[in-house]
Amino acid sequence: MKIYDGWKIILGIVIGIAFFTMPIWLNLSSAQSKVKPKLVYPTDARQCIDDKDYMNHYHMDLLNYWRDSVVRLNMRYVVRNGVVLTHNGQKLEMSLTLTCLKCHSDKKNFCDQCHNYLQVKPYCWDCHVQPKEALK
Amino acid sequence: MIDRRNFLKIVSFAGGIALAGKWTYESISQTVVEHPQQGLKAHRWAMAIDVKKCEQNPNCNKCIEACHSYHNVPKLDNPKDEIKWIWKEQFRNAFITQENEFLPKGMNFSTVLLLCNHCDNPPCTNVCPTQATWKREDGIVMMDWHRCIGCRYCVAACPYGSRSFNWRDPRPFIKEQNPEFPTRTRGVVEKCTFCAERLARGMMPACVEACPSKALIFGDLEDPGSEVRQVLSERFSIRRKPELGTSPEVFYLV
Repeated sequence: MKIYDGWKIILGIVIGIAFFTMPIWLNLSSAQSKVKPKLVYPTDARQCIDDKDYMNHYHMDLLNYWRDSVVRLNMRYVVRNGVVLTHNGQKLEMSLTLTCLKCHSDKKNFCDQCHNYLQVKPYCWDCHVQPKEALK
Repeated sequence: MIDRRNFLKIVSFAGGIALAGKWTYESISQTVVEHPQQGLKAHRWAMAIDVKKCEQNPNCNKCIEACHSYHNVPKLDNPKDEIKWIWKEQFRNAFITQENEFLPKGMNFSTVLLLCNHCDNPPCTNVCPTQATWKREDGIVMMDWHRCIGCRYCVAACPYGSRSFNWRDPRPFIKEQNPEFPTRTRGVVEKCTFCAERLARGMMPACVEACPSKALIFGDLEDPGSEVRQVLSERFSIRRKPELGTSPEVFYLV
């Protein structure tokens, strides 16, 4: 079988495939893709509300549950087995700014690390004030 | 074939087991732990505003300042964009249906405090398409800003002008942000919430606490011993547009 202008067509196909799969090659070759989010945890070793693995994967569900409990049902404190959890003698509120951010105060090196990496843009901060921002 | 005697035995035995099961189930279900949530509780929160006491200090804005700084209410000077939770208005505008021609001198032009009336029959909650605003069991007409889509039906439904819409991004207009309370975004309606978040922590509303002459009295209408009930039984009070059937929970002692 003879293809007229065969080498041009095959070259075109090869260039075309290379062009459309470029993102894959660029990603594989660049050092950027090997950068993983670097989280800075609170320095003083304290316990979080739940274990690290759960918080890693489901903190958004937890925050949604907190939001609904506080705003809709007027239940404000973190309760485990019928007991209000406390921290340094203070009852823990189901609150992003009053509980989470008290320890994880560095939003840039904590929340933003994964959110930027995964290209998710939660709109928590459109309303909820970060304490640091308020101080400025 | 079962004879009469055996039949009665079986039936009474089965009945006994059923009763025992019911009792155990009831005794177990009663041990469900109640959510230990604290704070001030009521069946019908209400406020009485002593207009006479308030009038004595016409330049005092402490309640407004306390509320607006606590709740991150932006200060926009253009009345079209204005956001207000508690504010002052002339008597003749506030009580527009008081068609009394011969009021005491100066009363028409005296200022009264206005805020969300937390109606017992709120028209705003009925029209909300997303249930972003609803009436709580304790009478507070609450707002969930997460859910508000900014359709402004509630603004149209409220006969008291208690609701403000964020036409602009409010953040640049907040002098000092209180990190303990969220701000709002553009496209969200906001109003007074009777300080639901403070009540939950056992505190009185910010305006009530800030008033130097104790002109704002807050309490439970269904508790006959409460301060509000007492003051309402002693003095004559009026409400804004009661003829609409909304049953406002803010009373003005005149």
